[in-house]
Amino acid sequence: MTSMDLRRGNWGKFLAMLIFDTRAGYGVPSRLIHWIMAIGVLFLFGLGLWMVDLDYYSAYYTLAPHIHRSVGILLLILLVFRFGWRLVNIRPDDGDLTAFERVAARIVHWGFYPLLLGLMVSGYLISTADGHPIEVFDWFSVPSVYERKGLEDTAGEVHEILAYLTIALVALHSAAALKHHFIDRSRTLARMWSGPPTNP
Amino acid sequence: MKFASLSFALVAGVLATLSPVSAEEYVIDTDRAHASINFRIKHLGFSWLTGRFDNFKGSFAFDEANPEASKVNVEIDTESLNTNHGERDKHLRSKDFLDTATYPKATFQSTSVKLDGDKATVTGDLTLHGVTKPVQIVAERVGGGKDPWGGYRQGFTGTTKFTLQDFGIDTDGKLGPASKEVELDLEIEGIRK
Repeated sequence: MTSMDLRRGNWGKFLAMLIFDTRAGYGVPSRLIHWIMAIGVLFLFGLGLWMVDLDYYSAYYTLAPHIHRSVGILLLILLVFRFGWRLVNIRPDDGDLTAFERVAARIVHWGFYPLLLGLMVSGYLISTADGHPIEVFDWFSVPSVYERKGLEDTAGEVHEILAYLTIALVALHSAAALKHHFIDRSRTLARMWSGPPTNP
Repeated sequence: MKFASLSFALVAGVLATLSPVSAEEYVIDTDRAHASINFRIKHLGFSWLTGRFDNFKGSFAFDEANPEASKVNVEIDTESLNTNHGERDKHLRSKDFLDTATYPKATFQSTSVKLDGDKATVTGDLTLHGVTKPVQIVAERVGGGKDPWGGYRQGFTGTTKFTLQDFGIDTDGKLGPASKEVELDLEIEGIRK
């Protein structure tokens, strides 16, 4: 489709397929956000697990949480944009899936939004429940919007539970993608990796 | 006749069981926050980290004529710890330090008071982190008397210090050698019951 369009000089359609999601695959913004967030979530999970056991005298005792909070806020911004983007785009075709797979995929994908939102908001509350803002690297700071003594404890417990749930969902999601790619030999993974097919 | 002597005996009996009028009971005025439990501990040996316990309650018995007969009892809500930093307070409340979920209360019960000029040494049992050990508070009366609103008050200031590791709080492994001891600054005002 795309190379034929180029040959016909149809730059508009080519660009549209690059930017927007189509029945055949995801556009560049969706793909970029997906993989950046995937790496970000995995990175923060590992960082989080490691940093809570750091000794007071470790050189990373304050640095690791600073990075964790900063990347977390950036992922929150990406999540909001991604959700909006998802709402204004059409979904790639899932006709090659069984009815069960179609429902399962819908649950997992839509499930990620509240799960990640809860994870990020609970993280935000751990640090801002006492009223002080979060510094995102040294670029900008996010003020506290809800102050309540003791909230950081509850937010912390929620954050930990949701983190494990998220990783469980990530594992399921990744396994399913690999299953579709290697066992079913379908385009499911490819359309999130390279987008719509480029050969006619 | 019998009734009169019976009632006389009753009155005498009741009077006899009353404690001496001079040792009066006071409730610590936490309702209007005229008392505070403050602490400080060294940070890396570079400065004093201060904090307080926002919620506590207690009472004391004070006898102006015989101060050594005084008693004091305090119960602290350990979760109300406040060092003005949410993340730090969360860490201090965790199992790493005070474990307030398991030990939500810390208590102090005095066992003796020894006068020493203007000051007094109040010895008592401190129960913290589930461990009970004796500590000594050096106390001084600040003042006392009638207040403008119909009450009668006494006020004291006191300090004490102790080693956290003695109460099973692992500062040795966590905060470094300069932070073994914590100092408490106590300001107490009580209203006579």
